[in-house]
Amino acid sequence: MDDTTATALREKVGEIYRSESRSVLATLIRLLGDFDLAEEALHDAFAAAVEKWPEGGLPANPRAWLVSTGRFKAIDRLRRRARFDTASTALAHWSAELESSTFEVDIEDDDVADDRLRLIFTCCHPALSPDAQVALTLREVCGLTTEEIAHAFLTPAPTLAQRIVRAKGKIRDARIPYEIPSRTDLPERLDSVLHVVYLVFNEGYSASSGESLTRADLSGEAIRLGRLLVALLPEPEAIGLLALMILHDARRAARSSPVASSYSWRIRIDRSGTGSGSRKGAHSWSAP
Amino acid sequence: MKYLCLIYDDETMWPSMPREQADTIMGEYFAFTSDIQKSGHYLGGNALQPTQTATTVRVRNGKLSSTDGPFAETKEQLGGYYLIEAKDLNEAIQVAGRIPSARFGSIEVRPIQEFDRPE
Repeated sequence: MDDTTATALREKVGEIYRSESRSVLATLIRLLGDFDLAEEALHDAFAAAVEKWPEGGLPANPRAWLVSTGRFKAIDRLRRRARFDTASTALAHWSAELESSTFEVDIEDDDVADDRLRLIFTCCHPALSPDAQVALTLREVCGLTTEEIAHAFLTPAPTLAQRIVRAKGKIRDARIPYEIPSRTDLPERLDSVLHVVYLVFNEGYSASSGESLTRADLSGEAIRLGRLLVALLPEPEAIGLLALMILHDARRAARSSPVASSYSWRIRIDRSGTGSGSRKGAHSWSAP
Repeated sequence: MKYLCLIYDDETMWPSMPREQADTIMGEYFAFTSDIQKSGHYLGGNALQPTQTATTVRVRNGKLSSTDGPFAETKEQLGGYYLIEAKDLNEAIQVAGRIPSARFGSIEVRPIQEFDRPE
C-alpha cells in the first residue's frame, strides 16, 4: 500500500472516531458492565485500528470491528491485572465470565440505538446529583473532555474530574442498571434527561458566569443532544424541547448586540433556525 | 444485591395521631412486609423505639463514653429499616417507594458493601 492510501485511511480512522466512538463506547459499556474498562477498551480499539487498517484495509463493518476488538482488549487487560494482583479472585472471575459470555459480532442498528439510549438514561439517572448528571452526559454521551467541560462551566478541572469519578462510582456500587426505563417509568425518567439537556442549553444560552453572555458551544452541544434524543426516542416532550432550543438559538446573535431593539431582533434572527424550530414545534403539538 | 432502606420520619407525629389513622398505617406496614416476603425481596427489618430511648457510644483514647440521645438533632429521625434483596437500584427504589412512610417521611436506600474476607 502506498503512502497516500495509508494517509487517507488514517484520516478515515479519525472520521470514524468522530462519528462512531460514542456508539462503540455505549455498546462496550453494556458488554463489559463497567464505564472505565469500556473507555480504556475504546481507546485500545482505535489504537489498534490506526495500526491495522492501513495494512489490511478498512473492515467491512468498522463499528463491529471496533466493538469486538475493544472487547478482546478489555479481556486482555483484566487477565493482565489478575496476574499482577493474584489476591483478587474477583478480577479472574470477571475476565473468565466475559470470555464465556455470548457475543454477537453483527450489531444491528437497533442495538446501537438502544445502547446509546441506555447510556443517556444511565448518565441522567435521578439517583445522581444534577451536577453529576450534566458532567457525565457531556463526558460520556457527547465525548467532551473533562477539561472542555470544566472550562465551559468555569469549574476547576480536578473538581469536575472528581465529580465524574464519584458518579461512575455510584453507578457501579449502588448498581444503577444500564437499561432503557420501562414504559411506566419512562415519562419521569425522560423528564430527568430533558432537564439535563435544558441545563446544558441554558448554561450556553445565558452563561451564569464568564465574560460573554452566551456560550455557543454548550448551546450547540445541547441541540446536538436534543437531536440525538429525538432521533432515538421521538417523544413529544423531547421534540418540543428541541424546537424550543432551536428557536432560542436562532436569535442568539441578536441578544448580545449593543442595540437590542426589536428591529435588530428581527433582522439578526437566523432564518434556518426558526424554520427548523417551527416545524419541530408543529410536529410536537400535533403528536397525541 | 442487598440494600438497606432506612426509614426517616418525624417521630413526634405518632403520639399526636388519632388512633384510627395510626392503625391504618400499621395495617399498611404489615401488608407491605408480607408482600415483600412473598416476592422474595425481604431479608429483614425492624421498627425502632423513639430516639429518646437511644444511647450514643464512643471510645476516645481508649475510654468508653455513652451519652443520651441520637447523634444529631434533625427534623426526621431514623424510625426503622428494611434489609432487602433487589437486582439493581431501580428495583430497590421501586420497593422503597412502597414503604408507607415514603408518603410522609423519606427512605434512604443504601447498597450493602460486601468485603472479600481472607479465607
